[in-house]
Amino acid sequence: MTTPETSTRSVVMEKEFPHPLQKVWRALTESSLIEQWLMKNDFQPVTGHRFNLRADWGAVDGQVLVVELNKTLSYTWAAYGLESVVTFTLTPTGAGTHLRMEQSGFPADGEQYYQGAKWGWQKFLGNLDQVLAKLE
Amino acid sequence: MRNATDNLFKALADPTRRALLERLTRDGDLTVHALTERAGVSQPMVSKHLSALKRAKLVRHRRDGRETHYSARPEALAPLVDWIGHYGAFWKNKFEQLGDVLERMDQ
Repeated sequence: MTTPETSTRSVVMEKEFPHPLQKVWRALTESSLIEQWLMKNDFQPVTGHRFNLRADWGAVDGQVLVVELNKTLSYTWAAYGLESVVTFTLTPTGAGTHLRMEQSGFPADGEQYYQGAKWGWQKFLGNLDQVLAKLE
Repeated sequence: MRNATDNLFKALADPTRRALLERLTRDGDLTVHALTERAGVSQPMVSKHLSALKRAKLVRHRRDGRETHYSARPEALAPLVDWIGHYGAFWKNKFEQLGDVLERMDQ
């Protein structure tokens, strides 16, 4: 999944879920539920709270920026030298909830020839031959 | 910058160095002795490879008595990372899992 040229500085994901706002909000903000879809964590929906998200490939450091009940959740997302901000926006629809996620703060100066590289050490190192081949 | 990138590619082009880097990434801080035990090459060769990784800033070292400890610096790979592409795929997958969690949740 790549994003168009207009969003070289952020990744946007939007989806409508056939579930009420309050339920989607809970899945985004309750630690045990976050673990089930995102990563292990010590998250708390409290502005200023610092937390970690942990997966087998590494960890993300975050700090909660915005908590607007059933509406907006925003936190910093720092991992592997990337400093970014993740913002979830919830909007009620007739059939459920529209969820928009924007991760912003990506460096815009990435050179084209690095595009073949994939994140993740094991994965990256395993794919190195392909990456190098693209450089020729 | 170009020179730093060249060092990075050179460092990663060798399978022994990639194996050393993978171990440091997986196991954390290790001494040259510990790395040599499973590297399949002599200690001087391990030290030489570690120097190349150090030039590319892929590892850092610290001395502790007679031992030198090495650890990985994953952030050195940042120039190679296609962040946008990675996170696009990442969130797509996570949204699917979120949908599954919502299905399982009580109201």
